[in-house]
Amino acid sequence: MVSFFKTNQQREALYGWLFALPAIIGLVVFDVGPMAASVLISFTEWNGVTPPQWVGLANYEEILFRDELFMLSMRITTIFAFVSIPLNLVTGFLLALLLNQKIRGQSLMRTLYYLPSIVPLVAVAALWRWIFLKRFGLLDIGLAMMGIQAPDWLGDPNWVLPAFIVMGLWGVGGGMLINLAGLQAIPTDLYDAASIDGANAFQRLLNVTIPMMTPLILFNLVMGIIGGLQVFVVAFVMTGGGPSNASLFYMLHLYRNAFEYFRLGYGSSLALVLFLYIIVLSALVFRSSTAWVYYEGNR
Amino acid sequence: MARTIPYAVKGPVASIWGVLSNPYRLKSLLGRVVLYLVLLAGAVLVTIPFIWLISSSLKPQAQLVAFPPIWIPNPILWENYPKALTALPFARFIANTLIIATGATLGTLVSSSMGAFAFARLRWRFRDVVFFALLLTIMLPGQITMIPRFVLFAKLGWVNTYLPLIVPAWFANPFFVFLMRQFFMGLPTELDDAARIDGASIFGIYWRIMLPLSKPVLATVALFSVQHHWNAFIGPLIYLHDLDKFTAAIGLRYFVTDTQVHYSLQMAASAAFSIPIIVLFFVGQRYFIQGIVFTGVKG
Repeated sequence: MVSFFKTNQQREALYGWLFALPAIIGLVVFDVGPMAASVLISFTEWNGVTPPQWVGLANYEEILFRDELFMLSMRITTIFAFVSIPLNLVTGFLLALLLNQKIRGQSLMRTLYYLPSIVPLVAVAALWRWIFLKRFGLLDIGLAMMGIQAPDWLGDPNWVLPAFIVMGLWGVGGGMLINLAGLQAIPTDLYDAASIDGANAFQRLLNVTIPMMTPLILFNLVMGIIGGLQVFVVAFVMTGGGPSNASLFYMLHLYRNAFEYFRLGYGSSLALVLFLYIIVLSALVFRSSTAWVYYEGNR
Repeated sequence: MARTIPYAVKGPVASIWGVLSNPYRLKSLLGRVVLYLVLLAGAVLVTIPFIWLISSSLKPQAQLVAFPPIWIPNPILWENYPKALTALPFARFIANTLIIATGATLGTLVSSSMGAFAFARLRWRFRDVVFFALLLTIMLPGQITMIPRFVLFAKLGWVNTYLPLIVPAWFANPFFVFLMRQFFMGLPTELDDAARIDGASIFGIYWRIMLPLSKPVLATVALFSVQHHWNAFIGPLIYLHDLDKFTAAIGLRYFVTDTQVHYSLQMAASAAFSIPIIVLFFVGQRYFIQGIVFTGVKG
């Protein structure tokens, strides 16, 4: 075979670029390019139809000083994330511990707990809107049977966030599954060694299981932050941000500005602020992780 | 006190007595009882919403709000399903979803596996830099690129078409590239060398050696991709405006937020929308779980 290339290495390098080309184009056109563009767009006032107007930092000024809904949505999203993420993290971990025991019907139990997390979010939202329905919803009927006067979950500004948190807990099976896999990856000789040293079950949990699981917990925490600050579908379908903006999650505020009010510039600056917030929170978590995450490889 | 079994007691009574009279065995028995009780109670709690979903979907309207709640409808109204699914053109929505899911999944299988091959098997300059950049975009929250992408596709005249939902998939998904690269790295390089000696081209190694050996990871990626496009919400919401172009997810949202539609039909539509994805999960359970476990534990 006649070759254009002096060496096999050159051919291999060419093929390397060729095979990676779709990924590289995708990276530039759909990720890096849009990221850079969003910074530029955030300095404009733009409805997408007429040419964009350069407004400098005006959008950011509006976010910080004039947009009351920004502060509100930031607060709602933060409260939700700070309650919901740790709650799901701990519940998922405990559930995995329990389901890692030798019990009857183990795989049926695991499946039952996991199932809610594969139900599509729109269907989850529709179902829970019905369960949370005032007076006639299953939850209120159940509470009434126990003689408890139930709140109007989705209609009361004080109860709508707790309702979302409860609903989020229904999907804890996803976290459970990852934790289960993590538990099964812990070498059993660590437990044997601990037992020989006289550690009881609780001490083994504290000194073997938890340290070995910390890298996974860190991963789940970071992914939880990224996802938890971007809640959109359930709020959009269940409450549309109401009542009186009590469930106006940040992404809902962003979506409205960009795609309902057609303020692409303002929407972009909102997106960048959220991005910054995610980075700061993740960075804080990573910084703290040196104190609590145990990596077996490097000590 | 009396830790010995009374002389005359035998059989099951004896073993119960044996447990009760031994504090250590009693403690572990209690532990197991508590374990089962907690797990069962939790399993009931997570399963009730499912049962309520199905039960509500088969009820006549009058039984929806009965007190105490009716779990088994009488009569069972199977016709709620055809009624709900024809109230809006759901067959059309599902066909639309399948067109998008098929086009995008095909694209991501081809482009992501090509990228993975280039990163796992070929040596070329800047390979590791490009791969690292790709990994970073996995962490990139979707909201940051949403508006610029919309602007891009609007400029191309692709709004209200399926193209914005399909075309990006042909330019590789960073997470899938990562998943497949790790899989390719696990295949012995002796296979490539042997093929090379037999005169295989680089493309031949990719096509005839790597891909046939990678069916499990290809299945995982295909399942994740189909699931993603079945559930996808904000993308279709932004890009598809005509009712007859809707995907099932946004069609369902349109249906369940219509105050004229009673809850039986809402639940029937929600169940019908969820069941295919649950069936898909059970059919491909092995590949799903491998992928999730891989993401969590090795990611």
